[in-house]
Amino acid sequence: MNESVLPMLVPVAWYQVLAAVLFAIGAMGVLFRRNILVIFMCVELMLNATNIAFVAFARHLGSLDGQIIVFFVLAVAAAEVSVGLAIIIDVFRKRGTVDLAAANILKG
Amino acid sequence: MWIFFLLALLVVAGALAVVLLPNPIHSALMLVFTLMATAGIFLTLGAQFLAVIQVIVYAGAIMVLFVFVIMLLNLRAGEGGEESLHRKTGLGQILGIGLAALLMLQIGLLVLTGKPSLLKSIHPAAELEAQAGGHSQAIGLLLYGKYLLPFEVASVLLLVAIIGAVALSRRHLVIGPGRDESTEEVP
Repeated sequence: MNESVLPMLVPVAWYQVLAAVLFAIGAMGVLFRRNILVIFMCVELMLNATNIAFVAFARHLGSLDGQIIVFFVLAVAAAEVSVGLAIIIDVFRKRGTVDLAAANILKG
Repeated sequence: MWIFFLLALLVVAGALAVVLLPNPIHSALMLVFTLMATAGIFLTLGAQFLAVIQVIVYAGAIMVLFVFVIMLLNLRAGEGGEESLHRKTGLGQILGIGLAALLMLQIGLLVLTGKPSLLKSIHPAAELEAQAGGHSQAIGLLLYGKYLLPFEVASVLLLVAIIGAVALSRRHLVIGPGRDESTEEVP
């Protein structure tokens, strides 16, 4: 371990604060931006925030299970990105834009 | 300790840049920066293997996919290439600010009145890794032992995602009346 290199003096609550700030920034991005690609990147930011929270709690509890969860989050994020980008390309082909206001086919 | 604050500053600055920069390619590059800084955060938590996976899979594969799609779409200013951030505030903006404020309030309450163990230093996981003989070995044993079924389910999920992405990318897929292009087959 790298205890000698990096002394673990930071409380886990500060990691949670960082994760919450990152999640809030991502959520704001999803709600503020109109570009579908950027909204997708903000979803990645939110997933990243949960990853930080998982790893920090895994460290806090002295267990590796939280890090395993991060692996599954990574797998789900990869699946989500591949399907989502395919949908974005399809929307762009149909509408000629990636503005969210153009994706209103399902609007009743 | 200072390295955590440096990395946290980089992560938050990168995330703000992702949200605030008008050009999607700049957002994508700042997101790569943020993910790299997050890998550094993982290193301070003793998760070396996850840090490497974060760089390879997230900052490497997933972000290359993003940049590739941005390049493929070749956006110009009118169709979402550049986006004006100065619009009138709507319901979504008010909800967003309220959500962020609520999150900050909860975290503040957690830090101030929560369990005192959360404010102590982080538990050293060194003994757990020492008895397993290395970090990646410990993770591998856990992944292929206790979490074998979720692991296989994740592989099925990735297979479904591949098939879904291929099916959605086919050009002749007709979904609804919004179609305004010709529907010819593409070899």
